[in-house]
Parts: sequence; C-alpha cells; structure tokens
Amino acid sequence: MEAVIVAKEEVKPKQGTELSGSQAVLEALIAEKVDTVFGYPGGAIMPIYDALYDYHEQLKHILVRHEQGGIHAAQGYARSSGKVGVVFATSGPGATNLVTGLADAQIDSTPLVCITGQVFAHLLGTDAFQETDVINITAPVTKWNYQVTDAIEIPEVLAKAFYIARSGRPGPVLIDITKNAQLQKFDYQGYCKCDHIRSYRPKPIIRNEFIEEAAKLINAAEKPFVVFGQGVILGKAEKEFKCFIEKSGIPAAWTILGLSALPTEHPLNMGMLGMHGNYGPNVMTNECDVLIAVGMRFDDRVTGRLDKYAKQAKVIHLDIDPSEIDKNVKATVGVWGDCKETLPLLTKLIQSKVYPQWVEKFKNFQQEEETQVIFDELHPDTEQLTMGEVLRVLNELTNGDAIIVTDVGQHQMVACRYAKFNQTRSNVTSGGLGTMGFALPAAIGAKFGAPERTVVAIIGDGGIQMTIQELGTIMQTGINVKILILNNQFLGMVRQWQQLFHDKRYSFVDIASPDYVMVAKGYGIEGNSVKDRALLQPALETMLQHNGSYLLEVMVGKENNVFPMVPQGCSVSEIRLK
Amino acid sequence: MSKQEFTITVYTENHIGLLNRIAIIFSRRKINIESLNTSPSEVEGIHRFTIVIDELEEVVRKLVRQIEKQVEVLKAYYNTNDEIVWQELALYKVSTDEITEKVKVERLLREYGARAVVIRKDYTIFETSGHREETNKLIAVLEPHGLIEFVRSARVAIIKASRGFHEKIKEFEAKDPGDEVIENEYLGQQDEIFTM
Repeated sequence: MEAVIVAKEEVKPKQGTELSGSQAVLEALIAEKVDTVFGYPGGAIMPIYDALYDYHEQLKHILVRHEQGGIHAAQGYARSSGKVGVVFATSGPGATNLVTGLADAQIDSTPLVCITGQVFAHLLGTDAFQETDVINITAPVTKWNYQVTDAIEIPEVLAKAFYIARSGRPGPVLIDITKNAQLQKFDYQGYCKCDHIRSYRPKPIIRNEFIEEAAKLINAAEKPFVVFGQGVILGKAEKEFKCFIEKSGIPAAWTILGLSALPTEHPLNMGMLGMHGNYGPNVMTNECDVLIAVGMRFDDRVTGRLDKYAKQAKVIHLDIDPSEIDKNVKATVGVWGDCKETLPLLTKLIQSKVYPQWVEKFKNFQQEEETQVIFDELHPDTEQLTMGEVLRVLNELTNGDAIIVTDVGQHQMVACRYAKFNQTRSNVTSGGLGTMGFALPAAIGAKFGAPERTVVAIIGDGGIQMTIQELGTIMQTGINVKILILNNQFLGMVRQWQQLFHDKRYSFVDIASPDYVMVAKGYGIEGNSVKDRALLQPALETMLQHNGSYLLEVMVGKENNVFPMVPQGCSVSEIRLK
Repeated sequence: MSKQEFTITVYTENHIGLLNRIAIIFSRRKINIESLNTSPSEVEGIHRFTIVIDELEEVVRKLVRQIEKQVEVLKAYYNTNDEIVWQELALYKVSTDEITEKVKVERLLREYGARAVVIRKDYTIFETSGHREETNKLIAVLEPHGLIEFVRSARVAIIKASRGFHEKIKEFEAKDPGDEVIENEYLGQQDEIFTM
C-alpha cells in the first residue's frame, strides 16, 4: 500500500516538466484537492477526457446523463460539503446545457468551477461544429468566466477560478478551453494557488464604527428581530451566529437558504420567512423595532410588498457583498464584511438580554398557526395523505439528521416548513432561481459531498420528470440516494395560484406520470408506491433502511394548498392562514 | 428626485469580455447608455471606462456597486456634471465648394472654435470639441450647406476632485489594503472645488 502512495508522489509532475494543457487542468484539480468531477464528454473536451484516463485513480469522475444534471449534481456536492463543485462539459450544446445550473448557482451563491471544451482557436467565430459563444452566453450568470486559447495560461487561470469561486460571496466560474490549448504541450512550471487578485476584493474591510452603531441599536432595542440567510452557512459562521442570538436573546427566523444554519429545535428559532413562511415571523417583521438581517438579500419572496416591509424598524444589514446593502431594503446601518468576523465583533459589544414578552408574542402566533394550519397538515383526518404528514413521519424516522434535497413547488415549501434539522448544510434546494428538476441530480451530488449522511430527495411529480434521466447516474454509480416523490397529479403550486388568483381556471397543470416504480425498476432501483396512511410509515422505513437507492412514490391529496401564504403584491403582515 | 445625467468612471483591468460584462449590467435593467468610452488611464495597464447615463441617483449608486462587483473592475465612481470636466469631439464633413462660397470659413473657425483637419478640393473636414450643445451648434450652421457626414465621440471626463489612481493602485496591489474608501468619495464635494 505504502509503495503505491510513494509511486503516486513520484508521478506528480515537477516544475519544468512538459505537460499538455489537459494534464495541467487535471493537475490543477488535484492541487485544489478536488475529489469528484461531474461531467459528460464530447468532441471539444476529448483531450481532457483522454488525460483523465490516466488520472482516474486520483479523480473520481461521475458520468451524468445530461449536462444540466451534471451541474446540479456539482451544486448539491458544493452545498453539502462546503467545497467547490467541478463540472466538465463539451462545447456547444454541452455548454449551453449548463446555463440553467449556472444561473441557479449564481443566484444561490454556490461555488462551482465549470470547465467547457471549445473548438480550436482558429475556428472561433466561424460557426464551426458545436461552436457557441459560451463566454458571452454565460457572462450574466457567472461570477467570472474566461476563455483559454494557450495552454500556458491554464495553471494560473484555474488557480484564479478556484479562488474566485470560493472566496467572498461564492459563485460559479466557467473556464472555456479551446481544443488546441488542451492538446498543446508546454513547459509546466507547477501549480501555485491564488490568494490575491488586485481588482478583486472578496471581503470588504470591516469598519468598527458600523459595528458600534449596530451594537448601540441592538442594545437600545425593545423588540429586535433577526432574519438570517445562507450567508451564515457560506461563511461557516453557524457557531458565531448561535452565540450572537443566544447572548442577545433575539428571536430569529430564516430564509429557505438559511434553513439548517440554526437547529430547528433551538428555542430562539421562530421559523421561516416569506411567502409560505410561518405566521409569526412574517407578521412580526412589521412590528419589530430593530430588524437585524444576517447574510440574506431581501428577496421579493421574503419581503412581499417592499414599500410595506418593516417600515417601522431600524434595519441592520450584515453582508459580505456591498451591492446587497441598500439594494432592496434601505439599511440604517450596513455592516459590510464576512459574518464569521462581524458577528463575534458584534456579539462582544451587545448586552446579554432576554425578551420574554416579545418572544411570547411569536409563540402566540405559532400557536395560532398550529391550530389553524399545522395540526391539520401534519395530522389530517382526510382520506388522502398530505405532504405535511409525510414530512412528519420522515422527521420521526430520520430524527432530523438527514440531508433533505428538494425540488421546486408545493412539496418544497412543505418540506422547508416541516423538515427537522439538527445540523447545518442539511437543506439543499433551489431557492433564488426556483429550478424544477434540481433535486434528483443535486441529491446525487449531495451524497458524493457527504457520503456518510442519509440523503433524501423530496420531489414533486412535475420536477422528477424534468431530470428523471439521472436515475441512470444512480444506477451506474450505485450511489445511495432516497427518492421520495410526493405525487399530487398536478403541477401543484401553479394549480394553487390558478385556484386562488385565476378563478380555478386550471390551465395545463394536470400532469400525467409514468409508473415510477416501473421506471425505477428499469434502472435497477427498488421502489414502492403508497397511498394509504397505514402503509406510509412502513414504506418510509423500508426506503430509509434499504441498502442502496430507493424510490418511494407517495400519492397525496390532489388539490391541497400550502398555507400560510403572503399573496403576491401584499405586505408580509397581510399573510393569509387560509 | 428626478433623473439627471451622471458620468460613471470605471477603472478596470484590460481584459477581453469585460466590456460586455459592464454593458449587460445596464441592458439587464433596461437602462440606455447615452455614451460610452474606453481608453487607457493615468496608470499603465489600467483601463478607464467613461459611461454617461440619465438616471436617478439611487439607481446609479446601485449600478456602480454592481459594476464594482465584477472581478476585473478595480473601482467605479459616479459624478454629476458639476463634479467633472468633460469634452466630446465632433467631426463634420462638408463640400469645399459649398463652404467657401456661402460660409465665411474664418468666421466659422473662430466662432465655434472649429479647426479644419482636412481641406481637399472635394470636401473639408472640421473638428470641434466641447459639450454637446456646443458641438450641436455647428451642425445647425453647417446643415443648410449640406453636411455630408457627422460623427461625435463619446464623452471623456476628468473628475475634478480626483487625485488620480496612482496611489489607489498600490492599495489594490497590496494583499492587505488599508482602509479603502468604499462610498463614492467624490460625490457631494463640489463645494470644496474651485470652478471657473
């Protein structure tokens, strides 16, 4: 064994070795400690795949069934592991198939490095076979992108790519490499990690005067309220955040990407914000006197109508991205910086406090929501199953330790509302872009990113049919992912809106499904379908205990709605319970 | 608050593709660029964009932050017209016969600060520089005499209060920069500036 390791050390190319551009790409990945690449080969990326043939022991390559699946898998990997997700795709259609995932990663700040092949440099702009202007197509949906036409650039460009993707507010980077550069031999000078780019300031400098002002506001507050987002997770500041709210005694609520940064059961966790969030957090946003936003960007699904959002409150906004401060909600004090650094500074300056009456108000709203909405959703007496009760039973079985990957729509809102989480990086969902088809490939990636954890993908009957081909990836890799389809035989969220806002004119939301158990069987994946309450728990148990991937379809009520709801164009305090 | 003209000055790396990245920040928000110029700056290797738009200050401030967010942008400033000195260059091609017959060339050159760049038998090219109103005036004069071609450059502007980018670049090149001025430091400084 040891001999093998030594041998590996020896093959590591030294400075001054002649390497091809393709080998340099793979050397860069190894130097960046990449262990898994999601990809799909094609003409213009063949030299890299050829080089990969010799590197397969150091780099695990997961062959997906569609490039979109590849990039969503890389997103899932990045979200569960906290590392940079890496994708390979060929030029033309391979590259354009990445666009949805890039847009998703851009808006949800997911660190990715995507490497696309490109036609030979001399063919650029000639409408060559599978040539497309990837750099310009992806400019709006990447944090940075760059086209390499000379292999000599590869080590430096890839070092920059990884640095940019993971630093500051993370995001996707795309490197387009022409085929000639992949083939080109050059004098390899070794790989040097990048830690500074003069035109790039990943972290704004923390200014103490703003921390002091923020602390002053917090110390004087009578009804403070914390709203937090994924910034806490991306900044790996879960501990710092917990210390902050525990010392300050301030109740806190999360955006769906902030979910799992604070354990569900934490006494100061008041629940979810926004359109389908909890009653208390939404109403109290318009009653608090100081609103402290941590690593969140005041998305319209969180704020509802902006001109009626927290107008009475002084707003403290902590964010690493200066362009987020004052973008949607004007901040009284903007605290620029990495919350891993700003939160402890703030915690030091604030008084240790409790707000029993103020927290009590949240609890009262919680109680009202419990009796009017939650109880019936989790313990229904209807004949048909509800999505909520599936989540309740799942919680009981996983005890909040699983990674829950969700797609987009009603099941996503229900899962985020009711899933229990004990640890961070456990909620993987497409938040900003709302990409249907995200969950199945993202769950595959999440499992590769956190192999020791149970991964449950909760998907609607619409979303599963968008990327169902990735069952092939599961089949071939033998990865263990639990697929839970909540089938209401409708595109449920659109149907809900059509019911509530379009006079029940159900326009093209009635979607047929194949026999999912048969489909899974075709891919060698065991499965089951249930519609009876008595069978739900045993079916979920079987799914979780099964050795390997498993698909469970649960038939749920066709026309159930997700409540509470802040209707579009309404203020958060106008949230409806029915 | 109403829309007004703002000049955005952007210091950048000189990289292919950056023009598009900056342009789409405007087009994504359906904001028309009135004028756009790219040129070298006072610092070697650093490029300078000068962009003119008609917008609310609130919108401009957000745009500038989006521009600064681009990896290859070092710094972006926005200024109102009274905080900058700016010029635009205009070229006018007219028939030489027409112009010598009907317009007193000398008077024209003096009055509009114009200069003849080329004088040929068949045509003459005049050049002026100045603000838009100034270059427009000469169009009005020449139009009745058959203006064959007209072109005007983008605005180039110097920020009155700026001390240039030489010192700034050192700060950017340092790994641990000092207190970087994060707000637009040139805005609201007009009082301190002697203007003609």
